Amino acid sequence: MATIDINQVSKIYTGGVTAVRSVDINIADGEFIVLVGPSGCGKSTLLRMVAGLEVISQGAVRIGDRVVNDVDPADRDIAMVFQNYALYPHMTVYENLAYGLKNRGTPKAEIAERVAEAARMLQLEPYLERRPRALSGGQRQRVAMGRAIVRKPAAFLFDEPLSNLDAKLRVSMRGEIKRLQRRLGTTSIYVTHDQLEAMTLADRLVVLNGGQIEQIGAPLEVYHTPASTFVASFIGSPAMNLVKGDLHGDRLAIGPAMFELGGYAPASGPLTVGLRAEDLRIAREGEVSFALRVDYVEELGSQRLVHGTLGDQPLTAALPPETALGDAINLAIPPDRLHFFANETGKRIGNGLPAPTTPAAERLGAGRLVAHR
Amino acid sequence: MKRVQFSSPYLPYVFLAPQLAVIVIFFYWPSVQAIQSSFYLEDPFGFGSTFVGLSNYADAFASAEYGRIARFTVVFTGLVTFFSLSLGLLLAVKADAVIRGNAAYKTLLISVYTIAPPVAGLIGMMFFDQHIGPFVKIAAFFGWEMKVGLNYVDTAFAMVVVAVWKQIPYNFIFFLSGLQSVPVSVREAAAIDCRSGFRRFWTVVLPLLAPTAFFLLVINITYSLFDTFGIIDVMVKDKAANNPITLVYKVYMDGFRGNDIGGSSAQSVILMVVVFVLTILQFRFIERRVHYT
Repeated sequence: MATIDINQVSKIYTGGVTAVRSVDINIADGEFIVLVGPSGCGKSTLLRMVAGLEVISQGAVRIGDRVVNDVDPADRDIAMVFQNYALYPHMTVYENLAYGLKNRGTPKAEIAERVAEAARMLQLEPYLERRPRALSGGQRQRVAMGRAIVRKPAAFLFDEPLSNLDAKLRVSMRGEIKRLQRRLGTTSIYVTHDQLEAMTLADRLVVLNGGQIEQIGAPLEVYHTPASTFVASFIGSPAMNLVKGDLHGDRLAIGPAMFELGGYAPASGPLTVGLRAEDLRIAREGEVSFALRVDYVEELGSQRLVHGTLGDQPLTAALPPETALGDAINLAIPPDRLHFFANETGKRIGNGLPAPTTPAAERLGAGRLVAHR
Repeated sequence: MKRVQFSSPYLPYVFLAPQLAVIVIFFYWPSVQAIQSSFYLEDPFGFGSTFVGLSNYADAFASAEYGRIARFTVVFTGLVTFFSLSLGLLLAVKADAVIRGNAAYKTLLISVYTIAPPVAGLIGMMFFDQHIGPFVKIAAFFGWEMKVGLNYVDTAFAMVVVAVWKQIPYNFIFFLSGLQSVPVSVREAAAIDCRSGFRRFWTVVLPLLAPTAFFLLVINITYSLFDTFGIIDVMVKDKAANNPITLVYKVYMDGFRGNDIGGSSAQSVILMVVVFVLTILQFRFIERRVHYT
């Protein structure tokens, strides 16, 4: 149990490539933090710096109240779960679990007890005498988890632990990780490129891009008020529609479509407008609407994704499966669900319309935590 | 397995024939001849031979000299195998840890392997030369008056050094590639689980190197027994006198210098049996403890 403070941490490789740039994250005790971003965004590098597998070029990492920059990985009181599990192939499952404890001089009886406990928790009891190569992917993953658990470390570090599993197993292991972390209450940092995994697991999300933090916040916060076009397009599936718009006073023009913002005017002139596919709906009679020319439809069962064009800009709408479709459909969106971003910086403009009576939006208005680099 | 259909049932044998011919002509035929002539007493001038049964073998086993050479061969093989394996491993571990300019290190260490055994023997001979040899001078500095070629122990020492030196690059290459096939993440996991680098090496890296090490053990024993012939030949200058030699060199001495074809054949058959038994032992007992991943 410990807090982790990442303070102005940078990673500069020899040759001058900066992989991580001045990252600040304060992680509370027991918190589940997910670092998410596309490949090459520096998320794994950041995690490995916390683990001690990469040298920290600048800044400080504090675990508990101890600066660990120069502390050996084995002495940082952390446990790491690797993407390819990194089990010791020549040891049995039991030996794999016991290895870290044995090296720390834990008494034999206690090792046996802790391994048994972890094995029970992860349903590994039947496999304790097997070697990793005789296990399935999911079982190996659980052994890797077990190796972290038995140590009872101050923090768990997960480096894309589920990306080698098939889709179905990934979902169940995701639940298992979440449950275990809740139960053990161990501070965790989890790296993934899968936004769905990030959304479902995190207490707080850290969205990284190009080695910098784009946004830190609770999953729903990030989803509802993305701090930049990057976050908007990365979090949520399908990705948020980003279209060019023009704001004159409180009148917004997106191609041929016009919206009344009812006095709300966060900026003026050209900007980028974000529309979530799931916020779009078929317009009712007499409602302010715009026409979407339908290109093609993806059927997902629970909904259908309608891809089309608004003026000359592509737009996707997630509609209920029973929606009748023609060559063109009339769509509407509540004005308070529009997101505005500056064209040049991609940064969010304003907080959106402070309208809705929905409790979710109220909560959002209250506790925002948008990190600007 | 993919089944390949041949139009004629004889075609596969035709394809196999060159390889089989090589094995038969260069391995089975000489072996059979050696076994056959080990039961005969050959006239030194080629005027016929007499069947003598097992007396060639009896002579070999009864000979005090043969026993002495056999004991030396065992010691020699043990020392060469041990030192060339452990030094090769040490160098591989160190070269693996070098980050900058590691290609240069590796090339330099491997380059020794390109030297032919007699040349290595010659170079070794110069190192240990009575007049110009730097090793002799170094030894003299420590009060050791080295007389390679005259003194039994000194010659043995020089032989072992040159034989080890010659074999290190080979072991180095294999150990290095073995080390590089240990997954980085496994090493990293070990770094988190175990603080002591030495202990990590013993408990994680070395067991994963075991298949490589086992393979090299077999190769090195064979090398020490047979392939050191060239080195020994140069060192003792074709006239062993009371210098140490190995069994395979004695086979050569008796057969081609002493013209005792029968006795020489008997000795080579004994060697064949020894290697055969060794190989079985190695695969039966050591391989069981090796983890192939």
